[in-house]
Amino acid sequence: MIELKNIHKSYGGNHVLRGVNLDIKKGESLVVIGGSGSGKSVLLKHIIGLTKPDEGEVIVDSDVLSQLDEDGLNEVRKKFGMLFQSSALFDSMSVWENVGFGLKRHTDFKNKEIKDIAVEKLRMVGLVGVEDEMPSELSGGMRKRVGLARAIAMEPQILLYDEPTTGLDPIMADAINELIIEMRERLNITSIAITHDMKSAFKIADTIAMLYNGLIIERGSSEEIKNTSDPVVRQFIEGSAEGPITLEGIKR
Amino acid sequence: MFIKLIEFIGTAIKGPLEETGRIILLQGSVFKWIARRPFELRNIAKQMLEIGVNSLPVVLITAVFTGMVLALQSYTGFKRFGAEGLVGSVVALSMTRELGPVLAALIVTGRAGASMAAEIATMRVTEQIDALETLATNPVKYLVVPRFLSGIIMLPALAVISDIVGIIGGYFVTVVLLGTSSTSYMKATWDFLEVEDIYNGLIKAAFFGAAFTLISCYKGFYAKGGAEGVGRATTGAVVISSMTILISDYFLSAWLF
Ligand SMILES: Nc1ncnc2c1ncn2[C@@H]1O[C@H](COP(=O)(O)OP(=O)(O)OP(=O)(O)O)[C@@H](O)[C@H]1O
Ligand SMILES: [Mg+2]
Repeated sequence: MIELKNIHKSYGGNHVLRGVNLDIKKGESLVVIGGSGSGKSVLLKHIIGLTKPDEGEVIVDSDVLSQLDEDGLNEVRKKFGMLFQSSALFDSMSVWENVGFGLKRHTDFKNKEIKDIAVEKLRMVGLVGVEDEMPSELSGGMRKRVGLARAIAMEPQILLYDEPTTGLDPIMADAINELIIEMRERLNITSIAITHDMKSAFKIADTIAMLYNGLIIERGSSEEIKNTSDPVVRQFIEGSAEGPITLEGIKR
Repeated sequence: MFIKLIEFIGTAIKGPLEETGRIILLQGSVFKWIARRPFELRNIAKQMLEIGVNSLPVVLITAVFTGMVLALQSYTGFKRFGAEGLVGSVVALSMTRELGPVLAALIVTGRAGASMAAEIATMRVTEQIDALETLATNPVKYLVVPRFLSGIIMLPALAVISDIVGIIGGYFVTVVLLGTSSTSYMKATWDFLEVEDIYNGLIKAAFFGAAFTLISCYKGFYAKGGAEGVGRATTGAVVISSMTILISDYFLSAWLF
């Protein structure tokens, strides 16, 4: 359903993605792991066409993104919901207007109906009674969940989650994991999630891919990744400072 | 030496040229989206309020005092050769042809242009513009078009109000404070004022409205680098808009009048 072919992306002299190949099947739940600054967020933005690759192609349901015009791209984007790492809530709008933004623009629902739907989506992410507040009045973890509610509001076919559980307490994080699983089981959603939280990764993933030095160095089922022989992946999932991945500037 | 000089000039104008190019591209995309549904009426109304209504008090105060000082100065000067009777004409012509539109534009740039640039730049650096795109909403259509339209509509309106209030200010100084007869002031005002003066002033105002909104939105749109970037975008928007207004004012005046 989604295919990335040989994606390259540089910022100035910083060659972030160096030929990423990835394909995601319909209904699959892929988790992308990788060190901080390895380009996971950049990769996610390529999938929805926010960032254009220097080289390579992104294909969604046989649409090649680089060949689409503005309207074509918007049609493709309506299949997606995206949760940003920084939440990216519209700070001039109340919480429910944030959640209902897509509905307001792309459906004929009345304001009251949109608000009802928004309240229901907020309840799904564990937020009750905050619909009339402004995003600036919420905590970081609450904003993340509003961002999640906004991403699922249009019931998209594909969900992109950039660190859905970062900044949440462990109980809430687990509830969000359950929600992600439920969304997939109930609506057969395809999802791509980025996370540093290995517990959450093993819980929500069908398959896990690791991004390292601008490439996907390993891709496999949760089980395969758990029993990997690759020392880099091994080090990452065990969260050890000892191993082939070295941290610049940090003395041990 | 010569090569060095050319190189220096080259690097000095490269930035502004690139920027002009991108502003023209943004202009093109504004025109492309302006006629397409949905028309963002709520957004336009909100921006008209912000640009027009909320700037009104400052514009009024500026215009009335400009009219007053204009009357006072020209009265003092003209008195030396016995031409006090022409004060009304000077005030009316200066306000409608020149000061009404230009002062309104500069004030609105300082207020609304700055806040436009800051708001859009903040949306850029906090990924809200990316979020708009993921929600299948074109950010030029959603953010820039309403501001551009409101600028074109509201600046002529503010200029007319500014003209009238300036003339009232001049009247107050000349007639009430300096004791010239009311009929001769009004006669001087009407005798030399032509519809064309007002009309051309409004064309200028509309142009200024287009220019400052476009430049401010552009600066916000291409902001990068956190809070500092937002600050740079805001300053840049006000400086470049004001320069553009003052420079284009000369050329528009030479061409229109
Ligand atoms: N718009 C941009 N301009 C310049 N450089 C960028 C931009 N976006 C990302 N980068 C660079 O690309 C690299 C990867 O960034 P990215 O945000 O994808 O990392 P990440 O894997 O998501 O890290 P984290 O886990 O910390 O979120 C970084 O070195 C970053 O500096
Ligand atoms: Mg990231």
